[in-house]
Parts: sequence; C-alpha cells; structure tokens
Amino acid sequence: MIPELGHFALLLALLLAAVQATLPLAGTWRGPARWMALARPTALLQAAFVGLAFAALLWSFAQADFTVAYVTRNANTQLPLAFRLAAAWGGHEGSLLLWALILAGWSGAVALCSRTLPADTVARVLGVMGWISVGFLAFLIFTSNPFERQLPGAPDGNDLNPLLQDAGMIFHPPLLYMGYVGFAVAFAFAVAALIEGRLDHTWIRWMRPWTLVAWAFLTLGILLGSFWAYYELGWGGWWFWDAVENASFMPWLVGTALLHSLAVAENRDAFKRWTLLLAILAFALSLLGTFLVRSGVLSSVHAFASDPQRGLAILALLAVLIGGALTLYAWRAPGLESGSRFGWRSREAALLLNNLLLCVAAGSILLGTLYPLALETLGAGRISVGPPYFESVFVPLMVPLLALLGLGPWLHWKHVRGAELWRRVRWVAAGSVVFAGAVALTWQTSAGTALGLLLAAWIGAATVAQHLGQWRPGQPGATQRWRTFTGAHWGMVTAHLGMAVFVAGATLVSGSGATEDVSLRVGDSATLRDHVFTLRRVEDARGPNYIAARAVFDVAEGEGAPTLQLQPERRFYTVQQMPMTEAAIDRGFTRDLYVSLGERLPDGRWVVRLQLKPFMGWVWSGALLIALGGFAAALDRRYRRLKLPQAFPLPLGEGQGEGPPTASPLPHRPLTPTLSPAGRGSSLP
Amino acid sequence: MRRFILFPLLAFAALAAFLGASLGRAQSTELPSPLIGKPAPAFTLTQLDGPPAPFGPRDFSGRVWILNAWASWCAPCREELPVLAELSREAGVPVVGLNYKDKPDAARRMLVKVNPYERTVLDSDGRVGLDYGVYGLPETFIVDARGIVRYKHTGPLSREQAREKLLPVLRQLAGK
Repeated sequence: MIPELGHFALLLALLLAAVQATLPLAGTWRGPARWMALARPTALLQAAFVGLAFAALLWSFAQADFTVAYVTRNANTQLPLAFRLAAAWGGHEGSLLLWALILAGWSGAVALCSRTLPADTVARVLGVMGWISVGFLAFLIFTSNPFERQLPGAPDGNDLNPLLQDAGMIFHPPLLYMGYVGFAVAFAFAVAALIEGRLDHTWIRWMRPWTLVAWAFLTLGILLGSFWAYYELGWGGWWFWDAVENASFMPWLVGTALLHSLAVAENRDAFKRWTLLLAILAFALSLLGTFLVRSGVLSSVHAFASDPQRGLAILALLAVLIGGALTLYAWRAPGLESGSRFGWRSREAALLLNNLLLCVAAGSILLGTLYPLALETLGAGRISVGPPYFESVFVPLMVPLLALLGLGPWLHWKHVRGAELWRRVRWVAAGSVVFAGAVALTWQTSAGTALGLLLAAWIGAATVAQHLGQWRPGQPGATQRWRTFTGAHWGMVTAHLGMAVFVAGATLVSGSGATEDVSLRVGDSATLRDHVFTLRRVEDARGPNYIAARAVFDVAEGEGAPTLQLQPERRFYTVQQMPMTEAAIDRGFTRDLYVSLGERLPDGRWVVRLQLKPFMGWVWSGALLIALGGFAAALDRRYRRLKLPQAFPLPLGEGQGEGPPTASPLPHRPLTPTLSPAGRGSSLP
Repeated sequence: MRRFILFPLLAFAALAAFLGASLGRAQSTELPSPLIGKPAPAFTLTQLDGPPAPFGPRDFSGRVWILNAWASWCAPCREELPVLAELSREAGVPVVGLNYKDKPDAARRMLVKVNPYERTVLDSDGRVGLDYGVYGLPETFIVDARGIVRYKHTGPLSREQAREKLLPVLRQLAGK
C-alpha cells in the first residue's frame, strides 16, 4: 500500500511539474497574467509530493518490504537500519528519486525565497525548473520506477554493496546532488534571462548566493567521496581520476569559474554573456556527469548502477535541456549588451584568465574522460587514459591559476598600476620564496614539491596580508573597518586560505609519503620511517552482516614503548559473498598512519600494507575550508536585503556590504557597493 | 564575439551525437568484438605458481576454455572471482587468468582466498592484452575446442550474466 502511495505521489508530482513548466511561462508571454501566479504553488506542491514519494521509499526500506523489487536488490534484513535507509539511494532508481527530490527542494526554496523578485521573473525561473523536473520525473516513472512490485516477494534481499555500507556513503550522494542540482537554479536563471532578453545586474546578484550554496555543497560532496575512497577502498589513495570522479569535478571547475565571473558581472557589469554561458555549462556538465555514471558508456571503478537503455533517455533529456538552452543562447545572447570595457592590466582581466584556465582544465578533463570512447567509436583502436595524462595536463594549468589566486585580491578593478602593485606584494612574495625554499631544503624535497609548497605559502601569505592591509589593525578606525567586512569578503578569505592548506597537503602527501608491503606472522614487526608496527594477534570478529579477521597492531615510535594500537579488519560480507578491507587509520596533524590487512598466506603470514601519509589531514581541512568559504559568502547580508528596483531601471546599492577600499580610491565606482570578489580557489588533483 | 556565439551549440551538438553513437555501441558490446569467430591470438607467457613451462592457447587445443583478463588493481575483478569459480565448476571448463599489467606478488595475494584459475599467466607489459583488445578490466573470452574465440564479455560478470549468457554458450560448445 505504501509503495503504491509513493508511486501515486510521483505521478501527481509529474502532473504538477507539467503545469509548472507550461502555464506560468505561457502567462509571461501571451496568456492571462494570473497564470504566472501558478509558479509558486505548483513548485511547492511538487516538492511536497516528491517528498512524500521519497518518504514512502524510505518506509519500504525501513519495513524491509521485499515485495518491492528495488528494496530486494539493495537491502537485507541483517543490514542495520541506518544503512537500510541509506540503501534507498544505493541503486539507480533511488539515486534518481533523490535527484528529483533535491531538484524539487531547490524549486521549493526558489519559490519561498523569491518574494522580492517581480512575478514574471519568478514565473520564468520556476517554469524552466519545471521543465527539468518534468524530464527527470518522467524518466523516473517510465524507465526506473523504484516502487515496482515483485510478487511473490523475496524471503530476503540481496544486501547493499558492502563498499557503500559506510557513514561517508550515506551523506556523499545527497551532498553531491545538492551541488549538481543546485546549479539548476543558476541555469534556470540564465535561461529565464535569455527568454526575457534582459540581464541587469540585480539578476546577477540574485544568482550569486544560489550558485555559492550549490557550489559549496558540491565541494563537500566531492570531499566526502574522496574521503570515503581514502579510508574505505583500502588502497590509501584519495583521487584516482576515475570517470565518476571526473564527472563531479568538471562541474566544480566550471562552477568555480562561474562564481568568479559572477563577481565581475555584479561589480563591474562586464562578462554578462559569458556568465550566462557558464551557468548553462555548469549545469550541462552536471547532467553529463549523471549521464556518464548512469548510462554505462564508461566502465568505471565504481559504476554501481548503470544501464545503457536508460542512457538513451538521459541523453535525450540532455539534448532537449542543454541543446535548447544553447540554441536560446545563440539566438538571444547577441542582443544582450556586453557591458563595460576593461584594460588588460586589471582585476577583470585576471578573473578572465582565471575563467579561461578553469574552463580549459575542465575541457581537458572532459577530453581525457571521453577520448577512449571517441577513438573506439571511430574504430581507431583502444587506449586507456589514466592519471599520467590528467596529471601532466592538469597540474601545469593549475600552477599559473594558483599563482594568480594569491595575486587576484590585490588587483584593482579596471586598471592596475604595475609598479604600485609590485611595491605592495614584493615582501609577501619574497617571504613565500624564502619560506618554501627553507622547508624544501630542510626536508630535501623534489623540485615539484618545492613548487607546490611555494604556491601554498604564496596563497596563504598573500591572502592574509591583503586582508590585514585592508583592516590595518592598530590604526584608528580598525574596529569600524572590521565591521564593514562583508560575508563575501570572509568567504573569499576562508576559501582562499583553504586552497593554500589544500595545496600544501596535496603536495606533501603525493610528494613524500611512504608505503611498505610486508607479510607478517603474529609477533613480527615491520618498520616504516621510525614507526615500528608489531602484529600482536589476529582475532575473529563478527558484525551484523559480515564476519571478519581483526589484526591488532602496536605502533611505537623509534625504540620507545608502543603509543598506539591500530586494528585493521578483513571483512567478508556473507550475503554478497564479498571480501573487503577495513583499514585502520591514525590521523594526526602532520601525518596519517594507514594500515590495511590483506590476505592470509598459506604459511600463516598475513599480507599487510603500511602507509605513512604526511599532511593528509590538510587535504580534507583545506577542502572543508573552501566549502565553508562558499557558505559564508552566500550568507552575505546584502543578498538577504536584496530588493528589485521598482521605479528605477538602475539598481541602487543600499550601502550594505561595502568592503573597505582595496587601495587608493578608484575614480570609477558603480552605484552599487564594490567589494572584494567573493572568489574561490581552484584545485590541484 | 558575435562570430563565436554559435560555437557552444555546435560543440554540444557534436558531443551529443558522439555520445549517442557510443551509447549504441555500449548496448552492443556484449557480442561484437573483432575477435569473435577468429582464432584466439597466440601467446606464450610465464605462469604464476604453475608448472615452470610457459603456457599458450595451443596447450588447451581440443578443449573449451575461458580466458579472463584481470589484475589485482582492478576492484571489479575481485568481485568477479567467486562468479568465475562457480561458472568454471558448473560448466566443467577451465579458466585461464591473463594477469594484465600486474605484479606477481600482488596477483598471488589476491588469489589466496578464491582462485578460479586453472592457469594464471603473466602479461606484465600488457602485450597479449593488446592482441586481445583488452581496454578495461575485467574482460572474459570463451575459446572453443578449435581455438576460435566464440564469445566476449566486457566488465565484471554478475551471477545472472554468467548463468544466462556464458553458461548456455559453454554448454552448447561442449555439446558439439
């Protein structure tokens, strides 16, 4: 009964989405103007019904209703309740339902938070989101119904893939989808602006917080996925340039470009068409990611659910939505004015370069991901593109970007005087070189590691120095100046510092880690860089749905007494008949110790992999700071007070969120507040 | 700028057309491999922990056998091992593991728990894999008694696929 209710709720949601996609748009065009008012209620009701459907699916999992085919495929009575609920999005149908739920949630949020926008704008934006909803709900209902019954029911289910039975995996898909689908809002805004043929800068201001939130969620989602791969796959790696990872990384890169171009568009009224294109592309890449993961065209290390038949449906959806948006772009964008001009030595130009580098990076990843497919389709043979390609293409693109990242906030809009800039940054630059050089010499690192450290030091020092230069603590008025820092400014500082931390961690962990594969008998010891690992015993352990061998290691530093105990496990999941490694990790500020237990050899020894990962925690905390920066910038007060001008065609600033001048007063200042670009960083592999 | 305004649309159209084409191919990868109906490419490779003599397809002429390309760095290969073992037992057909671009130690470790392979041969530089058109692991080939490749499966074998697709082929070949 409950699954049928869920199914029925989905059908109703589809009908509501169809109304949301058509009548409000018609209302803005020729139809009765009151049709526009349908946008909000239909979006909210649609969200409610998709929510109901999702609740019904959760209920079926909680009840372990094995007459529902999807539940039988992904859950088992021995599976703990939390994982059983998370199994709702462990397979294809449920992932799609989660996608639809999050899309409906974002639509509902737009409906609720758009009181200050004119009715026709709301109608267009929600109308466009309605089209996306119709596409996904129809796809869900007609090709991948999660509520399909199988009668008679199975006595017990197949269990969830053991790799997914993990807390990280409960939250990874929802966060990632929040990001993917969140770009739908920016996309809907861009398309609505193209339909209307007008893009003023209040619009752009309105797009910014939504894009920031989506982007911050995407950052968290990628972080969690990578974190999960690190501790759960048992190899100790954290980024594999796997097709699925690339699929989430490409929208992130373009989304990062979008954030920065939005900053220019808001502050300087430039980059307008380019911003619209980026908004379309960010969502296009999110959809492409969904397509690649779900269609099975790419075989991936973790393609958990894929089906070529369904691929065609997603491709059709992609063609209609993105093809439609780009056609509209080609038709309407030339009519939009292109905005103000700027010189090549200016913050605008630096951000343009940032955009170019990010887009080229995303493009090369796309190329690397699709190249094997392309060659094969052309019948030109088979190759595989792996980490060597991605690293050799991606890293050289990131080096100038990271160098620019430290410099960017120092640059003035419109025009930069080179000599003055140099006078201001020279000590920071010299200090970073000295610091990185000293560290590299002390630790005897390679040239690549030294460069990475230099970039990290430069970004960190330049960001802090720039902030202090604005605040000027200790001088009169410091308190007032402190208060005038905006959320956007704090967001930028946090995210850029996060980037510095991340780059330092990523550089050190890939440049100077240590790995040792050994086979040990109980009582044996192995040494890895001063750490002595002694295998004390191996005992049997039993979990709810697995049996395991658990090894107990004492770890001592040098000659000293053991200071630490690590207990890696080798599990065997009984229902899926799958062996799994559960690594034991001791996390520290400067290093992670990582022990994974392998097979037992015929002579009774155990295969053990010991790893020392220097500064691994910095990778995670850096990425976390980047995401926090995104949220902080989205909370900027001026977005909440946002009002559309009623009488004036020119948007007027409210004086809120005015950042302190970055330098000597600029001759040109728009009426709206000028602020530091709420920019984010970019990433190293 | 105006000249480039159509560029994103055209690029997207090309991408979509290409994805559509590869989708069609993905749907049909189960059978068409250029190797089907042709003799299995010959090789002589060192064996892992087997007899010291190298192994080649000729050693199995007169028997139906399965060639499975795998590596210890391939997670789906690990999941596939029990399925292969079951298939081999049920059909009474030997499985030869082509250990692709791998280290013998790592390979040995992975096989400690489940070892479906009657023979495991080491293709450390991937040259034989190239002859067989291996581009993503795991891949599974069925070779008949005359040394002709009769079937190819790309990707990890699930129990259902083994039972519904490979087993009938094996039974049919054995019946002849």
